[in-house]
Amino acid sequence: MTPATSYIALVPVGQVEEGIVAELSTMLSQEFRVDVQTMATLNEPEEAYDHQRNQSSSTVLLRDLVRRIPENAMRMLAVTEKDLFIPMLSFIYGQAQLGGTVSLVSLARLRQEFYTLPPNRLVLMGRLKKEAFHELGHTFGLVHCLERSCPMSLATNIRQLDLKGSEFCRACSSILRESFNAVYRHSTEQLPTEKRQ
Amino acid sequence: MNIHWEILVVDDEEVMRESLAAWLREDGYGVDTAAAGREAIEKAGAKDYAIYFIDLKMPGGLDGIETMMEIRKKHADAPIIIITAYATVDTAITAMKEGAQEYIVKPCNPEEISLLVSRIIKVKNLQRENTILRKKLTGQYSFNDIISKNSKMHEIFQLVREISSLRSTVLIEGESGTGKELVARAIHYSGDRAEQPFVGVSCAALAETLLESELFGHEKGSFTGAGAQKKGKFEMADGGTIFLDEIGDISGKLQMDLLRILQERSFYRVGGSEEIKVDVRVIAATNTNLREAVSSGKFREDLFYRLNVINIQIPPLRERREDVPLLAHEFIERLSHELGKSVENLTEGALKILLDYNWPGNVRELENAIERAMVTCRTHVLTDEDFTFLTHTNNGEKKKWILPGNISLQEMEKQVIAATIQRTGGNIKEAAEALGIDRSTLYEKIKKYDIPR
Repeated sequence: MTPATSYIALVPVGQVEEGIVAELSTMLSQEFRVDVQTMATLNEPEEAYDHQRNQSSSTVLLRDLVRRIPENAMRMLAVTEKDLFIPMLSFIYGQAQLGGTVSLVSLARLRQEFYTLPPNRLVLMGRLKKEAFHELGHTFGLVHCLERSCPMSLATNIRQLDLKGSEFCRACSSILRESFNAVYRHSTEQLPTEKRQ
Repeated sequence: MNIHWEILVVDDEEVMRESLAAWLREDGYGVDTAAAGREAIEKAGAKDYAIYFIDLKMPGGLDGIETMMEIRKKHADAPIIIITAYATVDTAITAMKEGAQEYIVKPCNPEEISLLVSRIIKVKNLQRENTILRKKLTGQYSFNDIISKNSKMHEIFQLVREISSLRSTVLIEGESGTGKELVARAIHYSGDRAEQPFVGVSCAALAETLLESELFGHEKGSFTGAGAQKKGKFEMADGGTIFLDEIGDISGKLQMDLLRILQERSFYRVGGSEEIKVDVRVIAATNTNLREAVSSGKFREDLFYRLNVINIQIPPLRERREDVPLLAHEFIERLSHELGKSVENLTEGALKILLDYNWPGNVRELENAIERAMVTCRTHVLTDEDFTFLTHTNNGEKKKWILPGNISLQEMEKQVIAATIQRTGGNIKEAAEALGIDRSTLYEKIKKYDIPR
């Protein structure tokens, strides 16, 4: 019998460069050892875009995503090319519902072009992997980690993001495993493997 | 990044308030929000937050500065950060003059706000560490330091408040490690005698003659080795409180001496002829059933009634399991400072192990278990794997005894005693029973081999 919450839904919001979502899908299924299903592209809600800031409100986007998460998806991760903000901060790389179901990452500041450098797909995907793991980690209840190499550590600039690794530290891995176990009551063999430092 | 610190975000705009709160929660802080100045003041009245983020412009009520000033009346040193979209020098100056710790203009860079928060929390952590160290230095613990949400424990707290300024003798009963001395200290330090000495004596730790001299002092030459006159614990505690731990272990002669001091408030030093009068409140504690000892004739009935004027029975930890998470977090926080390790939390799996365990050594054993897990853990969160030593103990799994080569009899004795004490979670009575020796012998050996408890 298929469990009620059996997969992670991956959804592009607006136009996203070809191949990125597919590559991210593979990364997620390898890390979380769970089925990842890519949904049809969603349009960004009009009210999400702030003309004055030329950015999209992640709060509005997350609210929209909560309404759209498929019933049998355990979590949803959205990917957008738009630069994201919350009113208090000038930008954010992504946002998630802490211990909730939906999360969101922006590609805008992960691209080398943003820093007036030539495009580099490898760098972009490396950053996206860490940021996607970070935001999904929040949905499983993980908070920021003190271990700088852990993807759950806080990055407030691109240098900090680049210094992170993409492997969860032992503690975060353990919490993730427990939380995942609670959500995904299928079988322990399918849980994310525990990482050793 | 510390889950124990709480932040209050005050802003009339919901999206601003909730998005900042969500961002801070991701950092591990507990965050409350308030939509208006009045609501913020009410919340600040109920709780002292580590940081207050207050929006300057809040129409239709108190503005940010007024809200800040009201909060300051309750918490003079509260770190308050004023937020505004209007970056004018005037408002900045007003905010700082009125005591805002910082002034930030929205939208601000994530790095800026992250650094600001971590700087304030660092100071809060240092202040807390300082308080803990001061308390440790003076031993001045109040009943606020006894952590519990158990109803029986709350009845005890209430009783402690009521009896703290009386002179009546108190008998505290409870298993080893339940915190009898902490309750005794709470009685002393929350009453009229708080400024006077609190003197603790473990009656089981000393042989009869030594204990007699320890309690009442001795005159020069009163016995071999008494090279000078020495004041006893009763004299040292004059005006204050003497805490007689493990009272059930004292000899018949000492029971008699104690009865006299309780009746007459005076005594003689060992080998002395001068009557010494003292004003000492006696708090005794035991982990044995004194009533049974009275019935079997091992403990004087008249002394029992003299001691048992006010009776406090502390429940064992297994009967107040709701306190385990509370105590575990408190120990993690305190030991993080003491051990210099930034451990912040424990996983649900780890907590389940702690909740399932029987805790024969009670709160002390829990503290020892947390310390042991923290010493060996390599990350900032204690997981189920850090507590496997408890699950082994619970399952009754026995380790094979491997006889090491080239080991002296004394070293072997030391190792066996240390292992038994560790297994019983520091419960000396249990360890002594397991080793087949009496407690005073075990204390002697602990002292001789310098074995940590």
